[in-house]
Amino acid sequence: MSFPILTATAVLPAVGAIATAAVPAARRAAAKWLALLFSLATLVLAAIVLVRFEPGGDRYQLTESHAWIADFGVRYELGVDGIGVVMVALTALLIPFVILAGWHDADPLETRSSRWRPTQGFFALILMVEAMVILSFEATDVFLFYILFEAMLIPMYFLIGGFGDRAHSGTEENAAAQRSYAAVKFLLYNLVGGLIMLAAVIGLYVVAGSFSLSEIAQARASGELEMATTTERLLFLGFFFAFAIKAPLWPLHTWLPNAMGEATAPVAVLITAVVDKVGTFAMLRFCLQLFPEASKWATPVILVLALISIVYGALLAVGQRDIKRLIAYASVSHFGFIILGIFVMTSQGQSGATLYMVNHGLSTAALMLVAGFLISRRGSRLIADYGGVQKVAPVLAGTFLIGGLATLSLPGLAPFVSEFLVLVGAFAAYPVVGIIATVGIVLAALYTLVLYQRTMTGPVKAEVRTMPDLKARELAVVAPLIALLIFLGVFPKPLTEIIDPAVEHTMSDVQKQDPRPDVEAAK
Amino acid sequence: MSATAVHSLWTTAAEVEPFGRIPTPHIEYAQLAPALIVVGAAVLGILVEAFVPRRARYHTQVFLAVVALTAAFAAVVGLAAGGYATTEAQIAAMGAIAVDGPALFLQGTILLASLVAVFTFAERRLDPAAHGNRIDSFAAESAAVPGSDHEKAAVKAGFTTTEVFPLALFAVTGMLVFPAANDLLTLFIALEVFSLPLYLLCAVARRKRLMSQEAAVKYFLLGAFSSAFLLFGIALVYGYAGSVSYARIADVVEGSVRTIDPALADTMGNDALLLIGGAMILVGLLFKVGAVPFHMWTPDVYQGAPTPVTGFMAAATKVAAFGALLRLLYVVLPGLTWDWRPVMWAVAIVTMLGGAIVAITQTDIKRLLAYSSIAHAGFILAGVIAATPEGISSVLFYLLVYSFVTIGAFAVVTLVRDAGGEATHLSKWAGLGRRSPLVAAVFAVFLLSFAGIPLTSGFAGKFAVFKAAADGGAAALVVVGVISSAIAAFFYIRVIVLMFFSEPKPEGPTVAVPSPLTMTAIGVGVAVTLVLGLAPQYFLDLASQAGVFVR
Repeated sequence: MSFPILTATAVLPAVGAIATAAVPAARRAAAKWLALLFSLATLVLAAIVLVRFEPGGDRYQLTESHAWIADFGVRYELGVDGIGVVMVALTALLIPFVILAGWHDADPLETRSSRWRPTQGFFALILMVEAMVILSFEATDVFLFYILFEAMLIPMYFLIGGFGDRAHSGTEENAAAQRSYAAVKFLLYNLVGGLIMLAAVIGLYVVAGSFSLSEIAQARASGELEMATTTERLLFLGFFFAFAIKAPLWPLHTWLPNAMGEATAPVAVLITAVVDKVGTFAMLRFCLQLFPEASKWATPVILVLALISIVYGALLAVGQRDIKRLIAYASVSHFGFIILGIFVMTSQGQSGATLYMVNHGLSTAALMLVAGFLISRRGSRLIADYGGVQKVAPVLAGTFLIGGLATLSLPGLAPFVSEFLVLVGAFAAYPVVGIIATVGIVLAALYTLVLYQRTMTGPVKAEVRTMPDLKARELAVVAPLIALLIFLGVFPKPLTEIIDPAVEHTMSDVQKQDPRPDVEAAK
Repeated sequence: MSATAVHSLWTTAAEVEPFGRIPTPHIEYAQLAPALIVVGAAVLGILVEAFVPRRARYHTQVFLAVVALTAAFAAVVGLAAGGYATTEAQIAAMGAIAVDGPALFLQGTILLASLVAVFTFAERRLDPAAHGNRIDSFAAESAAVPGSDHEKAAVKAGFTTTEVFPLALFAVTGMLVFPAANDLLTLFIALEVFSLPLYLLCAVARRKRLMSQEAAVKYFLLGAFSSAFLLFGIALVYGYAGSVSYARIADVVEGSVRTIDPALADTMGNDALLLIGGAMILVGLLFKVGAVPFHMWTPDVYQGAPTPVTGFMAAATKVAAFGALLRLLYVVLPGLTWDWRPVMWAVAIVTMLGGAIVAITQTDIKRLLAYSSIAHAGFILAGVIAATPEGISSVLFYLLVYSFVTIGAFAVVTLVRDAGGEATHLSKWAGLGRRSPLVAAVFAVFLLSFAGIPLTSGFAGKFAVFKAAADGGAAALVVVGVISSAIAAFFYIRVIVLMFFSEPKPEGPTVAVPSPLTMTAIGVGVAVTLVLGLAPQYFLDLASQAGVFVR
């Protein structure tokens, strides 16, 4: 039997989490280094997975399959397709940056009792989330996926509620109340989605008699398993509801700005760049594959919701006074694009959506982490409290600008490629949809540039005057992200080569062909 | 109605067997060993109270109880190994007791849960010693008026209520017989045997005695009321079928009875007797289960009873009562499935929703857990309603899961104390996670399991019953179950928020460092929660093998 490398990619951070949590209270620095070490080792493993993955090969590769709970018909089944492998790589890549960026976020303010170990807990929880997210990208058993999908809420919840942003306006008590409100809102929204999905998961088992993705898909393709139209639609809605909350899709998005606003910047990155991707990923993998007919049936409504997400998220972002909430609403808009790309049911759209997941992860991480550095310097999240930062801290301002330009999809930076693909896909299938979505791009330029203008340009505010520029640790976080954004902006081929065959598979699941062959040329 | 058309045990018996020739009943002692061992130990425990010097009683009683429960468990395992759970399943003791898979599985669960509960009964390190004597959760002398000089003297003399151990063993005896009872009279007697000691146990809290006594009186009055329902129901069903034996009643209900005497011929057409009688028996059982609308006693009793007793009651009573309910519905009344299913549907739905919704407003941790237990009763009912072998095994598994989490959770409640004893008001739990991260984390694990978060045993159990319900054609029930799970999650999460995200109050409670006894109880709870969450396969197998009733 070959080395179970996919399991290893999840076990390693889980072990790291336990090890980090076990570090004695006084050895705080050791815990940080240990966590970083484990996340880097995971990155190496993920890189090996990426290299060993053959884009033209089988649909699911590096598969593992073991008996688990026979009574429920559940097996421990892993495997990655082109989309999964890229998402695993993205997760493994972002976590070291998250850890490095959050280096001091969980240092205790005062020494409490010797048993209180917030720092250890913080990093252990991050690694725990990483383990669960990676495994959920690899799971090819619906039940296994569901378990991870739900279980990852718990560490996430503690990260949001237990370690808030120290920059807040108002009293400490007030901030704590808002923080736990955000954490509870996050948990309840996602839990409700998850529980509705649970009903659908059980329903799927009753109908299909199996949880194995490949078995069900095969049985469906061969016509062995026939689902009544209503059943399929109900099950699809159960699954989609959970994913739409996670993703998040308008009108189920309202937990995101609270959670991202109250959490520390690295945790906000963890939410939007890593955990939320499970939602969009799962739409591609489970909704389309298991319920192709229902997916097509629901397409018009979902497209409308995605469009509303794009425009509404962008409009609200324009109106925000809080930097982190602005980025959160920008993310809502971007998730609209991703979902749009998935459900226009063209190969450009879906390739673009997958690529968008990666690029949004990178660009949001860059922007949010720099914003976090900025906020920690001034101790305020309000845009109005800043001005003229670029004269005081030019490197910070420059990286902030690049992150912002990536967010508005400037050509030459990675998000442009994916946004372009999504729009091409949309225009090919539904021109009107494409036109409306384009409005989102214009608004993106507005909120990003206005944010930059208000915070970085203009007269230097008194409180900003002594602001230090980025330190070495912070540069080490931002520089590689920006380098990747530029690299993938001019040369996305390595990624698209991996993604495209997987998208072909998904397209054949839903038995869709691209509307006009001449669109291929535009790509 | 002619004279011959009246059922009478005596006339029937006299016709078949003249009085002089009634044979000695044939009792299969080996197959009844679990209950016999426990009842024997309980009797011994009474003798210990009478003859062993006061100082040695505590140790003797704890030893006796632990040995008896362990031996009884060994007997259950032995019977199961001997095939009594599957191929050798049979009716013992002249048709009074069934020895089959569900009975043995539930007896095993009850015994293990009771063993763990006895550990929490025996805990004596939570409160500082008074007058040089270690004190436990029970009143120094339960007959003393609370606050009186008499009581003070008893405390000073170091009296302890060691009767709780034999009382608990008597209760366990009743619980062991309850799910195995194979005729209605045995069912009723078992019910009384386990209920009476529980009424007493509720009344003997050391702290908050008045509340404890009030709880006991409420429990007794409502319990007596429900017993009356049960008994009346039994009488009506007997009137219908002319027998109290499960198998015989089932035959009559299905119409497959071979010999019909004139009395039976006269009554078996009278469906009103059967339906009203069956409904009344169900009411009696649903009362013990704590299902809405027969749940009114639960919060008061759970809150007032000494916490170790609450844990014991919440876990073991529920297991026993659901066992009896299952047997009644699956063995006696399968012919009435179409009649009882709609009713049970309604009960399950209001139980799930009612328990979850009312729990939201609770401010006392024990009351909160009480309402949560009501919601859980609803989830289990969803499995009961499935009316398939899968339904049986899912209920068995859920009961196993639930009992250990419950005892563990109540054991944690005993640890959080302030000057007035246990600090059960929720506001006092604020910031517990900062003060004692380990205790708070353990309690959080139990809460997450109650909430049914994946990777805990609660999820595996919930999944099992929902799947069985969906398979059994109760998809709507699953949807209601999922919705009430979401509601329930809200208040479990609220406690976690309180423990971890709130600032500790300066005058907040302290966390007592327990003896290895309570630590074992909590440790077993955590271990079962995690093991059954990650790898439930073995126990699911066990439950599905045990999922067939003998008839």
